[in-house]
Amino acid sequence: MQQIDLARTAFLFLPLFLLGLLVLPGRAALRIVLALAIAALVAFALPLMLDRGTLTYLVSFSTMAGIYAILSLGLNSQWGLAGHVNFGVAGFFAVGAFTSALFTTTMPEGALAAYSQQAFGLQWPFLVGVVMAGILAAIVGFLISIPVLRLRTDFLAIATLGIAEVIRFIFQNERWLANGPQPMRGIPRPFDCLFKDPACSWLPSGAAEFLSPLSPRDYVFFYLIVVSLILAVVFIALERISRSPWGRMLRAVRDEENSAAMNGKNVTRRRIESFVVGSFIMGVGGAVYAHYVVSIDYSHFNPLFATFIVWVMLMLGGSGNNKGAIIGAFAVWGVWSGAAFMIDAASPALQLISDDLPSRGAYLRWMLVALLLGLIVLYRPQGILKERKKVSDFMPGDTGKD
Amino acid sequence: MSMHDATGDAAVARRVDDRSAGERMVAALRSRTALAIALALTLVAFWGLGYREGASGSDLLSLTIWGVMLGGIIALGAIGLTLVYGVLKFPNFAHGELVSFGAYGTFTIMAFLPAGAILRPFSFGWELLAGMVVTMPLVALIALAVDRVLFRPLRVRDASLVLFAMASLAASFFLRSVIYLVWGSDFMFFYPGRSNPALSLPLDIRIQADQLFVFLLAAILVALTWILLSRTRMGKAMRATANNPDLAQVRGINTERVIAATWALGASLAVAGGVMYGLASQLRPEMGWFLLLPMFAAVIMGGIGSPMGAIVGAIIIGIAQQVSSSFINPAYGPGVSFILMVVVLVLQPMGLFGQKED
Repeated sequence: MQQIDLARTAFLFLPLFLLGLLVLPGRAALRIVLALAIAALVAFALPLMLDRGTLTYLVSFSTMAGIYAILSLGLNSQWGLAGHVNFGVAGFFAVGAFTSALFTTTMPEGALAAYSQQAFGLQWPFLVGVVMAGILAAIVGFLISIPVLRLRTDFLAIATLGIAEVIRFIFQNERWLANGPQPMRGIPRPFDCLFKDPACSWLPSGAAEFLSPLSPRDYVFFYLIVVSLILAVVFIALERISRSPWGRMLRAVRDEENSAAMNGKNVTRRRIESFVVGSFIMGVGGAVYAHYVVSIDYSHFNPLFATFIVWVMLMLGGSGNNKGAIIGAFAVWGVWSGAAFMIDAASPALQLISDDLPSRGAYLRWMLVALLLGLIVLYRPQGILKERKKVSDFMPGDTGKD
Repeated sequence: MSMHDATGDAAVARRVDDRSAGERMVAALRSRTALAIALALTLVAFWGLGYREGASGSDLLSLTIWGVMLGGIIALGAIGLTLVYGVLKFPNFAHGELVSFGAYGTFTIMAFLPAGAILRPFSFGWELLAGMVVTMPLVALIALAVDRVLFRPLRVRDASLVLFAMASLAASFFLRSVIYLVWGSDFMFFYPGRSNPALSLPLDIRIQADQLFVFLLAAILVALTWILLSRTRMGKAMRATANNPDLAQVRGINTERVIAATWALGASLAVAGGVMYGLASQLRPEMGWFLLLPMFAAVIMGGIGSPMGAIVGAIIIGIAQQVSSSFINPAYGPGVSFILMVVVLVLQPMGLFGQKED
């Protein structure tokens, strides 16, 4: 085993451990031990079994799927938990991404300022940017929720769709805000000095020596850790929330609004709160995305990539089930990415049908995802994992099988 | 839901008026008259803003007339949307794609037709109109096929509104991917490079003959739809089904046939809207999606299920979009229609001509 593979193993361990905790059955203590063992084993095995390019692809795939899983969890806290039909995921995603970019980039100066404009650039650290992204998206969600959340479900769907489009128009047309139609470049990656040749100055020389064979292209190995940690935090928080009295109250408001109101619950407040929580998570997702792709523009936040596909993920995984939301994100992103290879392989066949078809093959993926959603709606609207309806661990006879 | 309770309460309170002055004021603000006044004031404010930004009176007049024309295009789409919304009770997010299919279908059929002479002063020939008429039943078939495969099973299962909305979103992306696959993502024109000079009219108004034609065609089709809905058996059955599907079925109306007729009518009008929109600007796969927001705004402003309301709403939206371009970036046009929609939803979600539900 070469040193580069060993270094990659070190980076793979933590995400695999978290994955193990998520999927393994059993009691908590047993699960931790099992997950530790399996993660260590797999982290060693993966670099040996796969060639380096494949492994890098796998890791960047997981990073992107993890980002989508954050969005899918955010949507779950709105739709799954509280029944808001938010067709405007893209809007909050965009607000989060651009906010974090503005807070962490450097204000362009001199000749660069003529090409690149932005409202401000504060050079704050990554985590502050992420939190600010969440806060700003939450504020936007709060402002929107006041007029809109009183509406019927169908109006809410139309209104949120409109909000996302308006937000995209703003980022497209306001040059002073975030460089308008031009991409906003140079969004810093946290700790990217780990992979540069003179490594970070604060790094002990042993660690620098250990990481030295890794090139900047391997940065995604580190970012996977960042994404999986944030995903884990969001997941645990949402799991706690959905089992808390507040979460039960939300589900009561969702299922029986009138009787919840009759029992003295402030229905409007709860609905607004849940919408704001979801917006915060989507904003965080946007920030994580922005720092991963480094350069963002308005076109990233179109209804397909940022709203539609997230809904497909949540519907496939299981509305109301946080684990399902994550599984759905990985599954749909897998279909989406796998379809690219499939279409590449099929391009000679496509050529036979029409000369234009291979160059338009990308749109076959749209079709595939749309078909997937149609099939889910028709044949399995509850998704892979159903919502856990269990109310309390202490209630006798409540097996959660309901 | 709470909205119904609120309106029910208002009805009771009208008989025994023991409301406080504040409550009465809120109720007055939520009336249709107030909504109509608010919309009128918005338009006046738009003209004022445009004037302040240096647009001349004739500029504003031209913009207003263009707005009425844009309203005609939006109305052609919105009538179908509001009928489907009224009869099937869900927002059909795939309606914009029917508009796009209309434009692209006509484009393809025109290629098979012999190119006729230009009908001066318009910029198009007979083949455009012929293509449009041929495309109408084809797109109606597409709409019926989508309904049969997707929406009918959901109807049979009595699925929730959200599933219908999700299904229509899926249909929207599916149909758009078909457009991308068949016609590609490049912009296309019915008549590339053909000059289309503005007519010289009194008051310095600049209008192309095509724009007048768009408005005229929209008016004729809207009038035909109106006659269909108010005079024919099928039209009456449609309105009855929209009003109360169960009762309509009990009274011997074949609701499935009514639904099929609704789709066919809505799709045909959408084709006309798409062709007119393509003639006024260009053909691109996203054209229907861009029209979707203004169409929904018109539907909600007019009141769901009301074709008359959809027309009025569409014209207000059209004027607001065009006039607003005199003082803000024209790219925000759909945003303007969205803001108007939110105003309507907050003041009076039933819209200008909507029927009270239940």
